[in-house]
Amino acid sequence: MSQAMKRCSAHTCAAVAVRRALSSGAATPSVYTRFLLKLSHYFYDVENILDWNNWLRSQGVIHKNRLFGYAQKNFGNNVAAAYYILTLRGSFRFAGQSEWFRPDSRGRFSYDFMSTPDAKIEEVDLSGTLINHNGLENLVKQNKLQTLSLRGCPEVDDWFLARLHVFGESLVELDLSHCSRITVGGLAALQNLRKLERLDISGLPRLQNPGLVRILLEEMLPHCQVSGAEYEQGLIQPDSQEQTEGHHEASTHTGLRHL
Amino acid sequence: MWRKLFTSVPAFRALKAPCRSFKSSSRGAEKDFFKDLDAQLRAFRDKAAAAMPGSDWSPIELTPGLPPERADVVIVGGGVVGWSIAYWLKMKARVRDGLRVLVVEKDPTYSQASTVLSCGGIRQQFSLKENIMLSLFSAHFMKNINNHLCVVNEDPVDLQFNHSGYLFLASEKSAHIMEENYRTQRYVGAKVALLSPSQLKERFPWMNMEGVALASLGLENEGWFDPWSLLNALRRKAVSMGVYQCFGEVTGFKCAANLAETTDGEVLNVQRIKYVNVRMPNSLEYQPVECAVVVNAAGANSGKIASMLGIGLGPKESVSGVPLPVEPRKRFVYVVHCPDGPGLDTPFLIDYSGVYCRREGLGGNYITGMSPEETEEPDISNLDVDHEFFQEKVWHRLAHRIPAFEQLKVSNAWAGFYDYNTFDQNGIIGLHPLVPNMYFATGFSGHGLQQSPAVGLAVAELILDGGYKTIDLSALDLKRILLQEPILESNIV
Repeated sequence: MSQAMKRCSAHTCAAVAVRRALSSGAATPSVYTRFLLKLSHYFYDVENILDWNNWLRSQGVIHKNRLFGYAQKNFGNNVAAAYYILTLRGSFRFAGQSEWFRPDSRGRFSYDFMSTPDAKIEEVDLSGTLINHNGLENLVKQNKLQTLSLRGCPEVDDWFLARLHVFGESLVELDLSHCSRITVGGLAALQNLRKLERLDISGLPRLQNPGLVRILLEEMLPHCQVSGAEYEQGLIQPDSQEQTEGHHEASTHTGLRHL
Repeated sequence: MWRKLFTSVPAFRALKAPCRSFKSSSRGAEKDFFKDLDAQLRAFRDKAAAAMPGSDWSPIELTPGLPPERADVVIVGGGVVGWSIAYWLKMKARVRDGLRVLVVEKDPTYSQASTVLSCGGIRQQFSLKENIMLSLFSAHFMKNINNHLCVVNEDPVDLQFNHSGYLFLASEKSAHIMEENYRTQRYVGAKVALLSPSQLKERFPWMNMEGVALASLGLENEGWFDPWSLLNALRRKAVSMGVYQCFGEVTGFKCAANLAETTDGEVLNVQRIKYVNVRMPNSLEYQPVECAVVVNAAGANSGKIASMLGIGLGPKESVSGVPLPVEPRKRFVYVVHCPDGPGLDTPFLIDYSGVYCRREGLGGNYITGMSPEETEEPDISNLDVDHEFFQEKVWHRLAHRIPAFEQLKVSNAWAGFYDYNTFDQNGIIGLHPLVPNMYFATGFSGHGLQQSPAVGLAVAELILDGGYKTIDLSALDLKRILLQEPILESNIV
């Protein structure tokens, strides 16, 4: 019975996750994915396999964003935060040091960061990682964080942005480009980041009027430079109006010539 | 009584008619003949298909939309609280048909339901720790709403949550209450910050600071969302788990009465509900639904449901003389347009004078309103809007606080009911001693929407586990009404 329940919940989350991935994915899915999806509409077992796949993926995200309580208790908050960032395949730089700690292409990293347990993290690059609002719990104590890059993170949504208020006194640069789940409601929560100077909002598919949002953000955060959206985006283009006027003039010219 | 399947028997006789019209042109007669034959054959085919097994024709005419004849739990009221209870009951039951839940809603269009007419705000800035815990749980529920409420092959739930937070303003004389509340909120886990007037001026330059001594801003888990999306998501998920939905009005109950003697020697009439009479819309037909437990989540009409059981109709000194203190109170909401108004950082502003205002969309529209004085409560017989109230009471207070609102245009307005708890304006959850199988979940006085997921879980735990497991809401129990012990919230809207 519990297995049936688990399968039921897998069924529910997974098919929706598939649809979500497809609807929010920038490129069209591959032929293989579309073929599998077509099959899953006809066969229950294919649907079940896809569901299990997506359920495992969502469990993977939850596992990656778990609280690193053991590391926090035994090695301190800074080391735990550093360890968390590296396991997510992100990179960071401590305040006062100039070299970045990065994992290599296979995800392995050195444990040198453990030698400086008092150093706070200043810059974090989490682009393309699976961080979500629960994972931010591991970074909450980093009150010297100045740069945060979340380029192309699929799990970053409005609730994540609402939690960023903990960095309100220190965050200077924030890169939110290509995070497909962010909407205007989440960007409104950035009002708590009073020291923000650079904000990147390019490539956000759920913003209907990027130009208007840029104007509103610049008004909300007066010292901040917002990039990634042009003022004309979302406006009715004046070029089409000029074109119709040009046609109109040409026709009147020919009309006058006939007279 | 028995519906005739083959009513087209006379049609076969009509085939003879063309032969009689000898005088009319033969070609016209032939055309009629074939057209008629075609229509008759088609009708014959449809009737034959209906008669075959697999069609839904039945000789007994059944009213569509009747509720089932028996159910385990009947939830009176199909608003967000009722559907939340239905969802959590099924969630806790775990087995597919382990519990038969029926939700009865009077109005399929939800035209007067408080859920859909509300402003949709959620905040943790209360003074009672139960209220803070309820809305904190609801915010966490909405954070992971797709894990809870997604259905196979349907779109993911989008609540359109705006995370702008609530901003409460306090004058000199209520600043100490705000500080006390801030301590309670922080203790329970809400993320709130106190702001001084100078910090407020720096953050929100469009606001007039006159009279403001202290302000409290919600940093996280606060804002507003679309109540219709939440209601539909809960309903969709509950129906997919097997909850029965019926559109009809509860007109009465059939109870088994027992006499019980109190320690004072008073004899009380304890009624156990056996049947709920559900009347179909626009009809006199009703279905008595045999049930074990009834949940009163009827919102503004909860008092009426309670009086059907005789609660409040007894002698004044006894337990049965205390009515359920929930009555509908009309509140107005005005949509105003001000192109020079505050921008994206506008929180849900609540002034100490009682006026509130929040941003709606990106086009310079705002939603505003105010709670009227106790003595000036508007008439509750209809949902008409009183625009004079805005002109006389709301506008000048709003323009005093936000100077840009001196020039605005009211583009729209609506009115809705609060299920107002006249006793202490907090929710009533629990059993009544005179009706041992009716659970109450009502009287939230404007906070029902933001507390609904948590209240649903609490009532489901009461019904299935016999006690609270997640959040302890014993302070909100119904017995405080009978014992006359109000728990009051300071700073209410």
